[in-house]
Amino acid sequence: MTEVIPTKQMPPGLQVDKVDDRIMTLNVGPQHPGSGHMRIIVKIDGDYIVDADPDPGYVHRGEEKMAEARNYITNIPHLERPVIHDSCNILYPYVLGVEDLVGIEVPERAKYVRVIAAELNRCIYIQYWLAIYGIFLGHSTMFMWPAGDRELLIDLMEKITGARVTHAYFIPGGVRNDVPANFEDVCLRQVNYFEQRIKEYADIFYDNPILKARTEDTGVLSREDAIRLGTTGSVLRASGVDYDVRVKEPYDVYDELDVHTNVLKSGDSYARSKVPWLDMLESCNIIRQALEKMPKSGSIRTKLKPNPKGGLGEVYRRVESGRGAAGCYIISKEKPEPYRLKLSVGSFRNLIALPYLLKGEKLGNMPAVYWSLNYWPVEADR
Amino acid sequence: MSTTEKEVPPKDNKKDTAPEKVEDTAPAFEKSYVEQIANQFSDDVEVEYIQENRTRLNVKKEKIIDVAKFIKDNTPFDHAESVSGVDYPQDKEIGVTYHLGSYTDPEYSKQVLALATRAPREETPNPGNDSTKLPSLRDMFYSVEFHEREVFEMLGVYFEGHPDNRRLLLPEDWADLPPLRKDFMNKGR
Repeated sequence: MTEVIPTKQMPPGLQVDKVDDRIMTLNVGPQHPGSGHMRIIVKIDGDYIVDADPDPGYVHRGEEKMAEARNYITNIPHLERPVIHDSCNILYPYVLGVEDLVGIEVPERAKYVRVIAAELNRCIYIQYWLAIYGIFLGHSTMFMWPAGDRELLIDLMEKITGARVTHAYFIPGGVRNDVPANFEDVCLRQVNYFEQRIKEYADIFYDNPILKARTEDTGVLSREDAIRLGTTGSVLRASGVDYDVRVKEPYDVYDELDVHTNVLKSGDSYARSKVPWLDMLESCNIIRQALEKMPKSGSIRTKLKPNPKGGLGEVYRRVESGRGAAGCYIISKEKPEPYRLKLSVGSFRNLIALPYLLKGEKLGNMPAVYWSLNYWPVEADR
Repeated sequence: MSTTEKEVPPKDNKKDTAPEKVEDTAPAFEKSYVEQIANQFSDDVEVEYIQENRTRLNVKKEKIIDVAKFIKDNTPFDHAESVSGVDYPQDKEIGVTYHLGSYTDPEYSKQVLALATRAPREETPNPGNDSTKLPSLRDMFYSVEFHEREVFEMLGVYFEGHPDNRRLLLPEDWADLPPLRKDFMNKGR
């Protein structure tokens, strides 16, 4: 057959690999429903993946650059945008860092309110993640149930913060506003019902032989490799490493609460999908404890000076978000704006495990392995 | 922040300053492992105790490989949490800070060791082909792989010895300055 299409002039910077007739290169994404806002360039030999190259960046917003032009208060709303379902937790390290830089104390009640809001937000995030994991594996019920049940907690967060997802609730010095009058009762009732509800997921999803057949022994990450690759959060704990920032380096009032770390040993996709679910059950425990110990009245924030300036120095604070440790590194040069702000997020840290896990897997297992990494593309891109 | 409440500046002005460097009263636990490193590389390592559980080592770029190897072999730090590039146009340097943590030793789980070094900065950058280069720490801490790629595209620091110095987040055909340099201006600002 003669060549009828003229050779296209390629734009500079593109890398085109020479592909022989045995190895096929396949672009999964960025518009593919099985990849999120990311492209995974997989090379397959027959049905087996021989090479995988994640190509993130399609939703890069330049959060770190934006932060250098805004002051410590106006940075709050845009810094939660990388993961709006978990907006309290992504904002938490930034707020703790600014409190260190400016040097203000947080009232006791605000600390408890923060912990409750952060745990509610963790559940909201994990429910969303679980819904997508269900639909990735063709389990429509597992999409509908978490997507419906998270509405309960979203309504609860709406009562506290006034917004359904983008709360912008944490501010340096405390929280933006107090919880509504009968919050404790409503929260306890909702959380108890929510816990009953997510326990039912075991029957339909986690004890389901079809799910087990698809996820057990796929994408196994050993303990040594989980440490070597520097993974974090549920990926790390599913590989048998006992590490949770809430326990290891407690912030706010986590040291006064009894937090259990969920660790599974097998390191496969099944374990990685189960740890977040166990984390949700643990979050319900934490919320109940926090509601009990929370001071019934008192200040919810220490007032800041207008346009506060950080001192001369740097600070690195971290918290446990829904996807693992979230760190915030702020360099301050006695200005109202940070000189440099770096977000170290769980999704970006876990991304390095993706090519490692996909090699040698069947192409059909790709969604099960990929989404079990608890990966949120927008957060990784920042 | 609600606008209805009146903003009152904190009365205690001392609280307004940054966390003080406590070099004289260095915390005992941090001191135990930091001195080990400082003794080995006496003139090349500058120690700063930033805050509780946070220590910073400023290392010259010629020695960064040796120091990283020593940390990997002799202390429980086993992974990098984050790699941050910082632009210092006045000093004509670009700083790179590795935040190292430990999963294996429970005693070290609170500690974060910042390993900082600096590369020369050029006015008109040509990433990969100018003097802004640093040795890669990927052989010691494998987890820096994607972080170093990010620093390369965002600040133009080329990591020698890194097998995969490609763009990660930016478009393949990005032809502007590395965007996290201070002279790259946000549009409209």
